[in-house]
Amino acid sequence: MESGIDSDRVVCLAFDHVTASQHEISDEIAKIQADSPEGAPLLDFAPYRSTLLRHPTKEPRHVDPEGAELLAPVFGHSDVAAVEADLTVQRGGEPIGERMRVHGRVLDGDGRPVRRQLVEIWQANAAGRYSHQGDQHPAPLDPNFTGVGRCLTDDDGWYSFTTIKPGPYPWRNHHNAWRPAHVHFSLFGTDFTQRLITQMYFPGDQLLALDPIAQSITDPAALARLIASYDHARSEHEWLLGYRWDIVLTGSHATYLEPSDD
Amino acid sequence: MTDSTPGQTVGPFFHHALAFPGDSELVPFGSAGSVVLHGYVFDGAGAVVPDAMIEIRQSDAAGVVPRVGGSLRRRGAAFTGWGRSCTDGAGHYWFSTVEPGLPFFAVTLFARGLLDRLFTRIYLPGAETAVDGLVAEREPDGRLRFDVHLQGPSETTFFKFPRT
Repeated sequence: MESGIDSDRVVCLAFDHVTASQHEISDEIAKIQADSPEGAPLLDFAPYRSTLLRHPTKEPRHVDPEGAELLAPVFGHSDVAAVEADLTVQRGGEPIGERMRVHGRVLDGDGRPVRRQLVEIWQANAAGRYSHQGDQHPAPLDPNFTGVGRCLTDDDGWYSFTTIKPGPYPWRNHHNAWRPAHVHFSLFGTDFTQRLITQMYFPGDQLLALDPIAQSITDPAALARLIASYDHARSEHEWLLGYRWDIVLTGSHATYLEPSDD
Repeated sequence: MTDSTPGQTVGPFFHHALAFPGDSELVPFGSAGSVVLHGYVFDGAGAVVPDAMIEIRQSDAAGVVPRVGGSLRRRGAAFTGWGRSCTDGAGHYWFSTVEPGLPFFAVTLFARGLLDRLFTRIYLPGAETAVDGLVAEREPDGRLRFDVHLQGPSETTFFKFPRT
């Protein structure tokens, strides 16, 4: 079995997902969402067919973090070069598409900045194609765009990437299924338990309401926290458009257990 | 936490972004005192999961959890106590590391089809405080083996922490 879009072909046993229509998928989503809005994505969310055999069925065991779980890994300037935050200069030529800057702050659950911590991103190019061998969507690759970036947050928790606005792309979850444009983000906090991988979406995207991955977050207010805002103050004259997206991690247990600290 | 940013699946196309040279070698493979921790990730039908990613966080052999950078550029770096392994086409992950003085590897798991990260632990064989079912097996060649089952009769125990 290979990874990528094609592997979505083989995971579905109970559904004929290639012929399921968007209407059927949206209907399934609406029925689940009528139950109880949840701020975290539902792991058992059949409208996203690949979850069927990959979601745990047992209740998670409640555990107090200890030892290595209390300390996130540390990254520094020996890990990340400044140029890795600019996805438009990695290949010697200008990538095609709408140049943008995405910036924001990484905060912990108590509102404190997560300082000098690693942020990793990856995304499709302007045509909706990943620079990944598993992506066989017949849209053009861009020789000047890998869609991969890294940076460290600064002393106030700010991150910033210069990149290209990704395009939406089709996938095989159901007939005529399209992922809304998104940028994948990978984040660390100060605790190992704050680890987060998520996706940033764009304001006004009509595909969001149709997307079973986004809609697995059944509380609209929580889903709204994945949508960047257009930030005209960070747009640059004749150069790029600015977007702002802040990230709030879960609470730090070190703070929780030692409230007098810091 | 009610106001925290929700997770989303890592998707199928993360390898070119998240894998890096030496990502799963917390210490060089085959070096003195090293051990291999490895296993397979399975779905609820018993099929391997070739698009998962496992991260571990651990103490050093003396029980100290390192707080040093260098994981992404390991050559010449101190032991960082963190590593990442993307499963291969056979659903296999592996790390070259040391046996932690604190008796478990903290584990985070991501996969296509998994909408949020999962936490668990892998305990060393013989750990007195081990959670049932989360103990690695010592193989005849000395490697530590731990398989992850996302679903099914052997479903792995995953964790919820108080503030997550």
